[in-house]
Amino acid sequence: MKTILVCHGTGCTSSKSPAILENFKKIVKEKNLSDVKVMQTGCFGLCAKGPVVIIRPEDTFYAKVKPEDCAEIIQTHLIENKRVERLLCKDVDGKLVEKLDEIDFYKKQKRIALKNCGSIDPEKIEDYLEVDGYKALEKVLKKMTQDEVIEEITKSGLRGRGGAGFPTGKKWLFTKNAEGTQKYVVCNADEGDPGAFMDRSILEGDPHSVIEAMMIAGYAVGANKGYIYVRAEYPIAVHRFQVAIDQAKERGILGKNIFGTDFEFDLSIRLGAGAFVCGEETALLESIEGRRGQPRLKPPFPANKGLWECPTLINNVETYANIPKIILNGSKWYSSIGTETSKGTKVFALGGNVKNIGLVEVPMGTTLREIVYDIGGGIPNGRKFKAAQTGGPSGGCIPAEYLDKPIDYESLKEIGSMMGSGGLIVMDDTKCMVNLAKFYLGFTVSESCGKCNPCRIGTKRMYEILEKLTNGEGTLEDIDKLERLAKTVANSSVCGLGQSAPNPVVSTLKYFREEFIEHAVEKKCRAHECKALAKIQVIPEKCKGCGLCQRKCPVQAIEGEGREVRHINEEKCIKCGTCLTSCPFKAIE
Amino acid sequence: MVNITIDGMKVQVPENITVLEAAKTVGIDIPTLCHLKDINEIGDCRICLVEIDGARGFVTSCMQKVEDGMVIRTNTDKVIEARKNVLKLILSAHERKCLSCIRHGNCELQDLALKFGVTDIEFEGEIAPKVVDDRSPSIVRNTAKCVLCRRCISTCKNVQKIGAIDCVNRGFESTISTYEHKSLGDVNCTFCGQCIQNCPTAALHEKENIDEVQEKLKDENTLVLVQTAPAVRVALGEEFGMPVGTNVTGKMVTALKRLGFDKVFDTNTGADFTIMEEASEFIDRVINNKTLPMITSCCPAWIRFIEMEYPDKLEHLSTCKSPHQMFGAILKSYYAKKINVDPKKIYVVSVMPCVAKKYERQRFEMQKDGMYDVDAVITTRELAKMIRQANIDFPILNDSKFDDPMGEATGAAAIFGTTGGVMEAALRTAQDLLTGKDLDEINFEEVRGKKGIKRATVVINGKSINVAVASGLGNARAIMDEIKSGKAEYDFIEIMACPGGCIMGGGQPIKPAKIRRMIDVRKKRADALYSIDEKMIIRKSHQNPVLQKIYNDYLGKPNGKLAHELLHTHYSKKTKCVD
Repeated sequence: MKTILVCHGTGCTSSKSPAILENFKKIVKEKNLSDVKVMQTGCFGLCAKGPVVIIRPEDTFYAKVKPEDCAEIIQTHLIENKRVERLLCKDVDGKLVEKLDEIDFYKKQKRIALKNCGSIDPEKIEDYLEVDGYKALEKVLKKMTQDEVIEEITKSGLRGRGGAGFPTGKKWLFTKNAEGTQKYVVCNADEGDPGAFMDRSILEGDPHSVIEAMMIAGYAVGANKGYIYVRAEYPIAVHRFQVAIDQAKERGILGKNIFGTDFEFDLSIRLGAGAFVCGEETALLESIEGRRGQPRLKPPFPANKGLWECPTLINNVETYANIPKIILNGSKWYSSIGTETSKGTKVFALGGNVKNIGLVEVPMGTTLREIVYDIGGGIPNGRKFKAAQTGGPSGGCIPAEYLDKPIDYESLKEIGSMMGSGGLIVMDDTKCMVNLAKFYLGFTVSESCGKCNPCRIGTKRMYEILEKLTNGEGTLEDIDKLERLAKTVANSSVCGLGQSAPNPVVSTLKYFREEFIEHAVEKKCRAHECKALAKIQVIPEKCKGCGLCQRKCPVQAIEGEGREVRHINEEKCIKCGTCLTSCPFKAIE
Repeated sequence: MVNITIDGMKVQVPENITVLEAAKTVGIDIPTLCHLKDINEIGDCRICLVEIDGARGFVTSCMQKVEDGMVIRTNTDKVIEARKNVLKLILSAHERKCLSCIRHGNCELQDLALKFGVTDIEFEGEIAPKVVDDRSPSIVRNTAKCVLCRRCISTCKNVQKIGAIDCVNRGFESTISTYEHKSLGDVNCTFCGQCIQNCPTAALHEKENIDEVQEKLKDENTLVLVQTAPAVRVALGEEFGMPVGTNVTGKMVTALKRLGFDKVFDTNTGADFTIMEEASEFIDRVINNKTLPMITSCCPAWIRFIEMEYPDKLEHLSTCKSPHQMFGAILKSYYAKKINVDPKKIYVVSVMPCVAKKYERQRFEMQKDGMYDVDAVITTRELAKMIRQANIDFPILNDSKFDDPMGEATGAAAIFGTTGGVMEAALRTAQDLLTGKDLDEINFEEVRGKKGIKRATVVINGKSINVAVASGLGNARAIMDEIKSGKAEYDFIEIMACPGGCIMGGGQPIKPAKIRRMIDVRKKRADALYSIDEKMIIRKSHQNPVLQKIYNDYLGKPNGKLAHELLHTHYSKKTKCVD
């Protein structure tokens, strides 16, 4: 029996993986291959190599598969039992690698939250049940008291994967102890950090694990109703989660008298309309209740007064995805992974200037170097690592000097960043740090809910200063102002969004201050990213007078005739960079 | 009681109060901007930040409740710097045209800048998005002056239960707007003007009509008559630094004469007409088994509310025009005839505590033979502005009397300005008319006071009459829902749109939140009205000799044919969304 798994995560889906699936099915039928099963799965993680196809049981990993490759894969691999070598991955030495777990990208990973992603069909509850699905729930309902469940989670050391890292067991205990007959369990799936997609992948690849975890949580805290708040921009995740809910209901897993006990649970989806701030737990609650997504003042915390004033437990998707495994394997097993203060694994969405873009799950305490170089395959185009950004717009930049720092909640905070939901963007030396700060702040400016003044106005003022700096109009005094503003926004804003909004600026100022000063004083951008600061000039020694740049220039800003050395008229030049790329002698800089 | 330490002082304060309130008890005045007790408690502005030992970051003192053993610091360098920077940020996004601003001198933002000693706005940048809506007859909005404190939203949504305005867009683009960004006049706004009363800046203010009035005052061919509502006289003095609740009737009349109005009349006379008509209509409804409960119709914001929200209940409304409209109609008919002046040459100005009256005046129904009953409405604040501009030193003015023959009014009319007043005045007349006696029991305490909804049963001639008094449109909605559900057994209901009645109207002097935390403005103004009533010899509308003469000489019977033509009106369903 052979199984062809075709990745149906959002990335691969947009690269035609549904057509690949159809083709496989068609050919298998035509060729009457009765012992071949074709199925869709969630994300395998190595998105840079998508669309991904895996053939089991040998676990052959085919990368960048096109619909027209299906016939060859079936002929060569399944019928002739050979390998389609051109579709296999290569290791650092250029050697072909066949199996998934031999690929560098997967070697150092430890998949707990992502365990089932890429190995089961997310739209089939049978697949989930086959891999011990809902066994944890059954165990909890039949053999454990509420306190025992909470105790187990507490002992596991699991902390909130949404970013802040609050101990999950504690949160559950607060909610259980809160007074109120009606309680709710909420799943925060409003993943909004630019570049983060771990929650999406879990929902797309293993939705039942989240349902199971929410039910376990419901039992533990005494809630019988759950909501998952998913952004509407995740249509596949929403669809699969709804399918999963429906299937669980059909099987009697969701509903009344679950597993023959008197526990009942109902679960429904609430769609977010794309506001970043709705990832903040109290703004999320406001949105579920049908109001404008704006944070509430804390205290009271949701554990005491959440949805419709009732005690409410809110955890993030990735947090939930760990729960069934902790229940089944024990807290001892889980807490043996990770560092002193941060247990278990963390999923990172690895992106930016790194070869292997994708989803990575590693034990807490893994170093940045291991993630970027061993798993990520290093920086492409022979460029140098400059910094990594974690925590999205709330996080900060980590410079090269901390490449060997083991990553956990505390260590990231210590160096001015934060775990955040797990976006990890790698930047090479072509990235300007002032511009980077501006990018992230621009995100916060447009995503601030506008409720409190420091965030609404303060981030805007900071952005305006960064704009001045990147336009070559900034001064040293502006940098001081920027720091003062950062302080005010951080210490006076209502919610986490505002309080952490200055982080990208503060951390880039901390580690790359000289770049800010260059922008302000020398009006220079060393990464050549700030176009307004770019001075494009012809180096006379290198110019051969071929005139190619002149012909390519869209605004006729290049002067000179015949074999003369060319000259750029700065007044006309729009700094588009066309001449730079067109010069065969690299005579323009 | 709990023990707390605040700025080093160990004090005992009641449980369940906020840090802000606790500070107040020991004489510490923590600055605030968005906070408005019981109305807007959202902790948005970040001006009232304090430090509390053990708490992460700053704490919002207007929201944080005191806890036993709490150590609070309200005045550390860190706190002061944070507050000042927040204020500088607010100022940086504010349209700082203070010198020419309608709220210059009475602006809570300006007060804070002064208090904090802000001399330079170091964080210059883009101003808040600017939209000016001046298309409605009553209210002007300017979003560039808005500090997004959201007091207006809370007032409109939670107190008045209307929700005509809310916050739209995100981040710096956040702004207060209406449904589809329409003008206030084209959505469900009732023009009650409570948003103006609560706005700390000039983001919301009345549509001024001073210029037109001044133009007419200069015109020798126009007879400019002015009438003043009962609530104006107990609030106007505040604009000139006089204590809240000072009765300045005499000075007001003097000032109006100095401003050049040809005659100064009292809307209270109009109020007496309203009672005559309304009480007669009520008796008619009771005797002839017509629709009950009957609901008062003096308040134009309430009228607009019911026309939009409960259009199938319009038959409950009294058909009486409001007092100033009745009075305008009398001035342009009876009075014009009496002094032999072409009514087209008469210009009637009403000084009102209200911005909705500006809307009411130009309603299609409020005209006869192409002439409006009232030609211009100015608010108490606008009158104060005119007095200031005319260099009149108001507090030292001598008293003058309203002009004859229309100036005389009763105590019943005076209390129209406060919630329950119309009901009390109507009951005084109704019980006399029904019993045919001159009864002495005329103080109806059960309909007085600050409660949003007051219910009472009054026995007249052995018959029990169930009455209710509601002020604030949120309470009006509660009463209307009772009627709608069929549970209500009322005979007569008084409704005023503004919580507390006209004395707290949208056109009255604006009191900053700080003053309102210390003084019960409503009570002081109401007490002043009740004291006017107490001092009157004639305290029942039907005993007003002016009225008796006009009914005898001109109008005929109350609720009669001519009275209906001049003093009554009709209502129709209004849309909440004009395309």
